[in-house]
Amino acid sequence: MSLVEFKVGGAGAWPTAPFTVLREDDTADPATMPDLSDEDLRALYRTMVLTRAFDQRMFMLQRQGRLGFYLASTGEEAATVGSAFALEPQDWVFPCYREQGCYLWRGVTIQELAHQCYGNALDVTKGRQMPVHYSFRHKNIVSISSPLTVQLPQAVGTAWAAKLRKDPVVTLTYFGEGASSQGDFHVGLNFAGVYKTPTIFFLRNNGWAISTPRSVQTASENFAMKASAYGIDGVLVDGNDILAVIVATRKAAEKARQGGGPTLIEALTYRVGSHSTSDDPSAYRDETEVKEWERKDPIQRFQRFLAKRGLWTLEWEAELQETYKAQILEAIEIAEKSPLPGPETLFDDVFADTPAFLLEQRAELLSHLDSLKEARS
Amino acid sequence: MPTMNIIQAVNDALRLQMRLDERVIVLGEDVGKFGGVFRATQGLQEEFGQDRVVDTPLSEAGIIGTAIGMALYGMRPVPEIQFADFVYPAFDQIVNELAKYRYRSGGQYPCPMVIRMPYGGGIKGGHYHSQSNESYWVHTPGLKVVIPSNPEDAKGLLLAAMRQDDPVIFMEPKRVYRAAKGEVPEGDYTIELGKARIARPGSQVTVLAYGAMTHIALEAARKAEAEGVDAEVIDLRSLVPLDIDTIIASVQKTGRVVIVQEAPRTGGFAGELMALINERAFLHLEAPMLRVTGWDTPFPYTLDLEYLPSAERVLDGIRKTVRF
Repeated sequence: MSLVEFKVGGAGAWPTAPFTVLREDDTADPATMPDLSDEDLRALYRTMVLTRAFDQRMFMLQRQGRLGFYLASTGEEAATVGSAFALEPQDWVFPCYREQGCYLWRGVTIQELAHQCYGNALDVTKGRQMPVHYSFRHKNIVSISSPLTVQLPQAVGTAWAAKLRKDPVVTLTYFGEGASSQGDFHVGLNFAGVYKTPTIFFLRNNGWAISTPRSVQTASENFAMKASAYGIDGVLVDGNDILAVIVATRKAAEKARQGGGPTLIEALTYRVGSHSTSDDPSAYRDETEVKEWERKDPIQRFQRFLAKRGLWTLEWEAELQETYKAQILEAIEIAEKSPLPGPETLFDDVFADTPAFLLEQRAELLSHLDSLKEARS
Repeated sequence: MPTMNIIQAVNDALRLQMRLDERVIVLGEDVGKFGGVFRATQGLQEEFGQDRVVDTPLSEAGIIGTAIGMALYGMRPVPEIQFADFVYPAFDQIVNELAKYRYRSGGQYPCPMVIRMPYGGGIKGGHYHSQSNESYWVHTPGLKVVIPSNPEDAKGLLLAAMRQDDPVIFMEPKRVYRAAKGEVPEGDYTIELGKARIARPGSQVTVLAYGAMTHIALEAARKAEAEGVDAEVIDLRSLVPLDIDTIIASVQKTGRVVIVQEAPRTGGFAGELMALINERAFLHLEAPMLRVTGWDTPFPYTLDLEYLPSAERVLDGIRKTVRF
């Protein structure tokens, strides 16, 4: 199996075309095709399909007024599922906020996702954050922050700690091309380079940061080449080619685990939908651009590849769609009907032990709420 | 008991905790080989090696950001910010990240760490080596804020801070780093966070202070004594959690309050103390509470002594309160 070429330490000229495995004729380049079983291939496809189905349903729920907010990852499923596939369970993920595919691959259930989106009492984060700001400790997925790029230095710190303890742990952090304009991008890559931490910087270049196009974020020819300045490896991959994403991320993870340090992966993809449910892309971008990328849809491409290998049929597709729809609707119904966290929980987890001044404030709130109840009855 | 200054006491506490707990890691600018610009980490790299006492790139956001990642993984980082004035590149990491990790993850991800930072004026440091920025931390839910005034407290409070399961901002009064000397117990001991110290018992007026201002308050109390006024000085030691009980007991006894704070007046901790006392001891007050603070100006270079509360200004405040 031949591997993707990293620009080691960023040296030399950068290729202008991203690394791909899937060819125009929907076959895989045998020279670069990763070693995957048929079951792996089917499982990857299933997870991408589930991710998209869940995203679309949740987006629709918001439009129906049944959910406060949502962020879909439509068009970026290959980048998130493929990169997650290349990790081990003990590895840590520092997400951005469009990586549902990664969580599902790591075994988070759609029920857990739905509970978080509804901020109910069964949400492991106890309704503390907006929808999509997940955290799943049992899957080594840390808590998501809306301010972008703060997770990069943190991912470096965790990798650094694992390295000091000689644990075979790699950290992978996701972020968009817009986030690369923040200072913490520089800080993260710089520390990772200096201390040679086992960190994968996975940049999803989806073309748009809300309404701001990629051209406004950098004058650089691509984002991967920024690795050069930090003395670390970088690579540009086709983010809509799940096989290419797997090859690149696997190589980065194996290298990191063997003490080879960090890698910056730029996955070229596209945000087919809006930034969030609060956004309207028709106000700022050309529909022909979207149509162009829809032709490169990562699920469609992979589906055609599987079909050529005899691993995909219309019947299987229908079965998947039907099963997932039923599971998703059930998960949503359960989440919608679940009780909300009680007001007494508002003061928990600010500190390890709730101090006297917060207990006092809790008593004040509860007594106020009681007085409202009395007034109503 | 050996006599130490605050720097030596901090160093002693760090060394002791690093020997006890291998999860403790010290990181910051110039903290390793050089031992820190104030020498608080002197000799630590020699004893614990470069992996546990780390010289970092010049980047506060990187120091705190990576320390957060370490803490999430189970380490106990003790980053040093060279001057409190330099902390702002890490403000987002502290305020939005460090302070909120436990809460926003529903308790899944605690983030214990002690951020040490020398603060305060009086060393001819100008605007960028003199600020007292405790209000930002106090105003940030999820952070504990500790400010010692003397060597014995510095060691005991720092040891207690490093054993918290929460993030702690540990502000060291650099103006008295070397000047405040005292006997410091050998070996391990802690001072519970949230317990104030009555630095000078008195009966007629309560003077509240913390950090370097404790010494100014004590000097003012000595001057007041010469004028026949018996002032009680309380050294708060930690602002979050705050020992409100000790404060209220004192106010109930004296009925008069002067609060000393070197930070700018508006939005400062003195105002918060006044609100708390007002809520709890209003009927015990014999006079309006009064605050002696830094001015609402940037910290000046030449006129620093005019900016900072002095014993004379505090004495003025005591007089006004007592004569009301």
